[in-house]
Amino acid sequence: MTPDRIRQEVSAWLDANWRIDRPLIEWREILLEGGWAAPHWPEEWYGRGFTLDQTAVVAEVFRERDAVPAAQVGPRGLASETILACGSDDQKRRFLRPILTGEHTWCQLFSEPGSGSDLAGLSTRAEMKNGKWIVNGQKVWNTSAHHADFGLLVARTDWDVPKHQGISYFLLDMRQAGVEARPLRQMNGHQSFNEVFMTNAVVPPEDLIGGEGNGWHVAKTTLSFERRGFSRRVRGSSIDGPKQGPIYEEYEEELRIAAEPYTWYPQREGRVDLVLPRARETGAINDPATRQEIAKLICLYTGARLASDGAEARRKAGTTEIIPAGSIGKLAASVIARQASVVHTMISGADAMLSGPDSAADGIIAEVLVSVPAISIAGGTDEIQRNIISERVLGMPKGFRADQGPFRDIKRNA
Amino acid sequence: MQTEFSKEQNLLRDVVSRALRDKSPATAVRELMATDRGYDPAVWQELCGDAGLAGVHVPEVHGGAGGGAVELGIVAEEMGRTLFCGPWFASAVMAGTALLEAANESDREELLPGVADGSTIATLVLDDLDDPAGVGGSITATANGTLTGVASMAVDAHVADLLLVVASGTGVLGLHAVEGGASGLAIEPLQVVDPTRKLSRVAFTGVPGRHIGEVTGDTLNRIWDRICSALAHEMMGGAQHLFETTVSYTKERFQFGRPIGSFQALKHRCADLLLEIEIARALTHHSARCLDSGEGEPCAASMAKAAAADAYMSAARAGIQLRGGIGFTWENDTHLWFKRSKGSEVLFGTPAIHRERMMTMLEGAA
Ligand SMILES: Cc1cc2nc3c(=O)[nH]c(=O)nc-3n(C[C@H](O)[C@H](O)[C@H](O)COP(=O)(O)OP(=O)(O)OC[C@H]3O[C@@H](n4cnc5c(N)ncnc54)[C@H](O)[C@@H]3O)c2cc1C
Repeated sequence: MTPDRIRQEVSAWLDANWRIDRPLIEWREILLEGGWAAPHWPEEWYGRGFTLDQTAVVAEVFRERDAVPAAQVGPRGLASETILACGSDDQKRRFLRPILTGEHTWCQLFSEPGSGSDLAGLSTRAEMKNGKWIVNGQKVWNTSAHHADFGLLVARTDWDVPKHQGISYFLLDMRQAGVEARPLRQMNGHQSFNEVFMTNAVVPPEDLIGGEGNGWHVAKTTLSFERRGFSRRVRGSSIDGPKQGPIYEEYEEELRIAAEPYTWYPQREGRVDLVLPRARETGAINDPATRQEIAKLICLYTGARLASDGAEARRKAGTTEIIPAGSIGKLAASVIARQASVVHTMISGADAMLSGPDSAADGIIAEVLVSVPAISIAGGTDEIQRNIISERVLGMPKGFRADQGPFRDIKRNA
Repeated sequence: MQTEFSKEQNLLRDVVSRALRDKSPATAVRELMATDRGYDPAVWQELCGDAGLAGVHVPEVHGGAGGGAVELGIVAEEMGRTLFCGPWFASAVMAGTALLEAANESDREELLPGVADGSTIATLVLDDLDDPAGVGGSITATANGTLTGVASMAVDAHVADLLLVVASGTGVLGLHAVEGGASGLAIEPLQVVDPTRKLSRVAFTGVPGRHIGEVTGDTLNRIWDRICSALAHEMMGGAQHLFETTVSYTKERFQFGRPIGSFQALKHRCADLLLEIEIARALTHHSARCLDSGEGEPCAASMAKAAAADAYMSAARAGIQLRGGIGFTWENDTHLWFKRSKGSEVLFGTPAIHRERMMTMLEGAA
């Protein structure tokens, strides 16, 4: 469908359905039935099979009309993409709808104190007892776990096979006695991630996804989506400024809670958008050395965007494998963020020592400088992306491995 | 604006790539770079006379194939990949572009067909190869077209039948046509770092020339942009060749009982290089699409030239380093690409000059 046709259809549909006096969830259910909640999803599951560009047109019309979109903040996208790709019809029926309506929020329970990059070395234990999975162990760095309803959980179900083969993937109900999330303070002062303790937590058998022992495969689906998200995300439609009407109050309350862990995320990407305005404002735009670094940043940023558009097109045509394309994009995002942080420092000069509301751009620049280090760690470190690119894209040989054979015999952290 | 290559463009690439692999193997490059002339007339005839590679960007009415910067870029990329030795860049890209952008209609009619079918070898003579702002500082023309001054470097002037010279005169800069054997013309071949691209010093002492068009500042910048976009393509072809051969070398060479490509220091260097090349290639292809559509960033060609030059040098440095001692020998081919990379990095503006040019286009002068 052409952008103009999409515009017309969405507008006509909003004319007939959008009202500011409906309760939020009721509105989202209407949105879902209308097929405009997640147009990039498949037709049989609330969507229209739209491309990301087409979906962006829909979001644009929603923004113009100040219409509240489907819930989108947080790792719910990781959950929905994983469930769409690997879940049973029953799981899709139970989980997808409340993801879109905003009734359920999610978190990702992958990393552990003993295994981060080496995700497949995880040692959280899940055992089948009396027809239910019983989970014991600890996760860490889990963003927004402190207010999540469900978690994407990987746990070990078999200790006697090689490490990748003994993992299963579960959809864990976080609202139960055996699950406790404790917020952790980050170097930028925010508390977005948590440690999560599971003590005899229970998962019903129907919430195992992708089959027992197949968790690594499902986890890779989640990770590939996550990495692609670093270079290109489905842009959510946010509504600017406070709007009058009952539905906006509910929506803003939802955003206040759900978006709270993510307010600094744009800063970890380097705030490239603030570079030229700040350089003009401070006069740094006239400094030859700063101009050189700004130009390098613009080349990186523009080139990476063009390259990722190209990769996206080839991915659709089925010629590039998903994970490496995501890895290249994620590494590019790191390089861009670091260069942006260098440039912001040059532009601010001594002012870069200050933080808080009195400092540059209301403290945003200070937050950039102390948030950028996260982008090369979260979602798989730069080093891991380079391993993936060199082995999977370039076909360079794997190095020596010390982690073969049954998992229980492998050396690991105490 | 186009975002992917069309079927026809991919086909063009296949044809050109096959022809060049056949006609410009490293053995031929080595032979030709050791000669004064620097090219093989029989191969020139086949590639330009028969296959039309010098006219891909020339309109059909002037004897070309009617393509644009994208098609020119495709040929340039394949030429750069094989390090083709010959006056294609000087004649098709530099002189062809100058004629297309600056010559009067009647002069285009007269001069372009020969350039397009390779029967005329032409070049563009500029008295500044760093920055368009410096062009016209040395060579001057009288009202009747007599030229005086020096171009300290000109590409492939030693084999040119036709020299197109940008000179200052009474008003705006002018484009002048000079015959290869004109009286008062002294063409002195220079020793060069990259022997696959020949340079000469060209001195004009009262040389009879013909004024064939005006070169305003805008026109000169358009010419510069088109040449830089094509040069960026040529560089990306070379960078990709070096990158591919280097990665495969790391899979074959064994040290410490394992392929060196299994050492993480090398893997990570290659991964970073891939990223740098992908970004530069995307900017390069984009620059040609911007030129053809008239849309996009005005600084697209400078972005491409700066990024491609840096990526090519990164690939060239890694190409030597990851081969160890053999990489530093004359016998190994890697240095041929290294030298082309170095030469191209500074031809028509270093990356720093292009970054400053970019910023001036975006934000005005510092
Ligand atoms: C802001 C933020 C949000 C996060 N959110 C979540 C979340 O929601 N859910 C979740 O599960 N996790 C989350 N993480 C965790 C993240 O995925 C891990 O921190 C990351 O994968 C690295 O693991 P680690 O911390 O154990 O470090 P380690 O794996 O111990 O790595 C330490 C260092 O060793 C290097 N290294 C390790 N292995 C190799 C190798 N093979 N080759 C070369 N170098 C290597 C690493 O690159 C790194 O530099 C988050 C992290 C951050 C910073």
